[in-house]
Amino acid sequence: MAESATHDAHVTSTGLSNVKLGMWLFLGSECLLFGGLISTYMLYRGRVSNGPTPEQIYDIPFTSVSSFVLLMSSLTMVLAVSAAHNKDDRGTNLWLSVTALLGATFVGGQVYEFTAFYNEGLGFTTSLFGSSFYTLTGFHGVHVTVGIIMLMALVAINKRSKVPGSKSETVEMIGLYWHFVDIVWIIIFTLVYLIPV
Amino acid sequence: MTTETTHDGATAHGGEHSAEHGMSTRGYINIALILAAITALEVSTYYVDFGPLFLPALLIMMVVKFFMVVSYFMHLKFDNKLFSWLFYAGLFLAVGVYVAALGTFHFFIR
Amino acid sequence: MAIIERPAPGSTVPALTPAPPAITPARTYGALRRPVATTGWKSWLFTVDHKKLGLMYGATALFFFIVGGLEAVLIRLQLAAPGGKVLNADLYNQMFTMHATTMVFLFVMPMAAGFANYFVPLQIGARDVAFPRINAFGFWCLLAGGIVVNLAWFLGGAADGGWFMYAPNSGPVFSPSHGVDFWTLGLQIAGIASLTGAINLIVTVLNMRAPGMTLMKMPIFTWMITVVQFLLLFAIPVITVALFLLTFQRSFGAQFFDVAAGADPLLWQHLFWIFGHPEVYVLILPSFGIISEVLPVFSRKPLFGYPFVVFSGAAIGFVGWGVWAHHMFASGLGPVSVAVFSLATMAIAVPTGVKIINWTLTMWGGKLVFTTAMKFAIGLVVLFTIGGLSGVTHSVAPSDTQQTDTYYIVAHFHYVLFGGAIFGIFSGFYYWWPKMFGKMLNERLGSWNFWLMVIGMNMTFGPMHILGLQGQPRRMYQWTEARAGEGFFNLAFWNLIASVGSLILTVGIGLFLINIVVTARSKVRAPLDPWNARSLEWMTSNPPKEHNFDSIPHVHHLDEFFHRKYEEDPTTHTMREVATAEEVLAELERNADKHIHMPSPSYWPLVLASGMPVVALGIIYSIPVAIVGGLIMLYALYGWALEPATAPESDFDSTSNNGHAVGASHG
Repeated sequence: MAESATHDAHVTSTGLSNVKLGMWLFLGSECLLFGGLISTYMLYRGRVSNGPTPEQIYDIPFTSVSSFVLLMSSLTMVLAVSAAHNKDDRGTNLWLSVTALLGATFVGGQVYEFTAFYNEGLGFTTSLFGSSFYTLTGFHGVHVTVGIIMLMALVAINKRSKVPGSKSETVEMIGLYWHFVDIVWIIIFTLVYLIPV
Repeated sequence: MTTETTHDGATAHGGEHSAEHGMSTRGYINIALILAAITALEVSTYYVDFGPLFLPALLIMMVVKFFMVVSYFMHLKFDNKLFSWLFYAGLFLAVGVYVAALGTFHFFIR
Repeated sequence: MAIIERPAPGSTVPALTPAPPAITPARTYGALRRPVATTGWKSWLFTVDHKKLGLMYGATALFFFIVGGLEAVLIRLQLAAPGGKVLNADLYNQMFTMHATTMVFLFVMPMAAGFANYFVPLQIGARDVAFPRINAFGFWCLLAGGIVVNLAWFLGGAADGGWFMYAPNSGPVFSPSHGVDFWTLGLQIAGIASLTGAINLIVTVLNMRAPGMTLMKMPIFTWMITVVQFLLLFAIPVITVALFLLTFQRSFGAQFFDVAAGADPLLWQHLFWIFGHPEVYVLILPSFGIISEVLPVFSRKPLFGYPFVVFSGAAIGFVGWGVWAHHMFASGLGPVSVAVFSLATMAIAVPTGVKIINWTLTMWGGKLVFTTAMKFAIGLVVLFTIGGLSGVTHSVAPSDTQQTDTYYIVAHFHYVLFGGAIFGIFSGFYYWWPKMFGKMLNERLGSWNFWLMVIGMNMTFGPMHILGLQGQPRRMYQWTEARAGEGFFNLAFWNLIASVGSLILTVGIGLFLINIVVTARSKVRAPLDPWNARSLEWMTSNPPKEHNFDSIPHVHHLDEFFHRKYEEDPTTHTMREVATAEEVLAELERNADKHIHMPSPSYWPLVLASGMPVVALGIIYSIPVAIVGGLIMLYALYGWALEPATAPESDFDSTSNNGHAVGASHG
């Protein structure tokens, strides 16, 4: 994942970097993935044959806080990218670590939320609402977790001398991924949590 | 380079250090503050009754936040247009097909 | 048969540039040292060379073509006579499911991916793809996916829900064996191949064109492949979602398609066909691209209306997203939806018709040369038109409700897929074989191959129009004498004809396999430019060297190679030859790049992909096994991330240590 190269940037037909083009294509593709999961949830959110309904268990204040945390992690991520472009290694590592920490806070919040919901009677197999809720938010959580692993791996290998490719571009790519995960949550927060069935 | 890889400058674009970074740290923080404010407004709909404006207001705020992150944090606004084309192709295709699919379930007229 | 007889290139071609410098790994990256073999099985296993990977895709696809073909023959034997006893009902269900799955996902798609891998970099004048390691990873995923899907045959029975796997029929209640589990997980893995391949090839086409090759100077095959990769890029995630939902339902008790819990079975149908309709263009467009190369070469004319062929291809790709519900006209969508999708479906016939006209006018007035490749190309134009016309009859919803789930549909899609996609692929075999292997496929056998396939195909699928309109349903494992009817249109007669036809088809394809063996044993080398071809992939040796081109050509024309060989005579306005292919090549050699470092082989793509089937088996049988698979993948990712795609300068032998990595640089 943490791979890139910039020495090709001046030889490609478009003048753009291969890795960056590839990353944007991947993110375009991910839109269809999350679109499908969100649509499934929207179709099924009101179908509660068994167990609690969304209104009964959503804890809006709690989720608002964790949404805010994830939103702010986008700011720290962009600061990391900025530092990397300025060749500021200490700043890069600092902001990458803060971003990973905020992401971990979000995932921790999600684990807490899942546990709480489960204790209130909403299991994965309880109802269509349960299945589609856990699948959608779970997929998002896995994406955040993958992002955290990439951030931490990047901080770790940044300390090595020889990392393949350009460091600043690698940070930028992970940044794009991280922001994408954030914008997916912006949609989920509104459609799933704030708009009642 | 020992190879003939010079290109005849299709849409040559400096790469690394050019217009990709049209924003200062201050700018990023401002964007984050606006995003935070919109989020606060979104959450307030949970406590305050917005009446018939509720749904459109929430959706508009969601879209504004979405495009602010994409345009500024992900630099699409400042970057080569090709990136925007590729990403928005996926985004609008997703919106199109899934809205149409939900439409066939009479999702929007219940 | 060669059009212009020339002596084989002889010794001039390989002499000037030495073999690529050997790599001596100086240090270990992550966990393992780099593989270094340049010959033998290791050079294939760990290769990142797009040509080797293309051949591996092709060989895998050909193997699955034989498997899928045998499944088809069993189906036709079962239906040859009333009350067939060859297969029981259960096995019959597995057979038609796996026949379609194999042909779609494991033959046509990988074969197109193979051609794309091999020829797109050559056609755009590149030395490799943008992400060579991801390319290798894609191939291994495809192979792993194909194995997982077929493993079910030996572990309790294959998937039995039809290739569309409609819910809730595919749920644990109605399909209790593990077949569907293997199917979903296998296709999931194969889907990774398509997705990574799509990103890789799009970036390759956008970024790695030779100097001067603008988008509108790209060969049409490359264009069609690009459209296909965009379709895959956006369609694969949709089937990914559907497959995940089904896996979660079957393995973890989720309720997505459990009607008793209030689920909507149409959800699966929508997700499947949002993927599934772009998918049919994924199957056909590569073949359209192939014959758009073949027809001009053997008509001795440029492609008629190149921009129209490009834009109609793109239009098919775009409109293909708005027609999926025509697969669901009989499912009760409601009149508005049916009307909208019906109109969109009629509209998509227009760009397809544009292409047919362009091909016809390409041949019009040309000096046609009926090589086997050309015959298959013309066969495609004719047979696809028949299939396309019966397709238009489906767009009329009232008519479609009569035809749905009958053999009429089977007839339609075999005309477009066999007569279209597969004929195009065979055209590609005969056209590009000398390029890939340096030997020409036998034209005499090829002619028999073609005519037996045409006869067999029309005998097999033609009568299915009648069978369908007479009401024979699809997917029924037996038909009975009592319902066969009488007279000319009775089911018995036409079923028998179809079954005999399938055997003729088998012989025809068998001749192709024999042709491969005969060609491989033949000592005759192919001439450098056997077809007097037009595009860049022919402007290199047969088969191409590892680095494809000694020097990267500067492109000034569409059909660049042709324009280097021929110039227009200003007085007579005819084209006259100004250089032979050998002279064009010698010119490139004179300017050969001195130091070319290709991306280096790697273990990691294979290791990463090998973790996937372990995860799949773990999900089906035991979660700890899945965790082991996950650890294998983590290990591979670690090694991958720390290994530069092209070995560092110090690893190349000292004679060439001032070279640069060119073209592909990472991945």
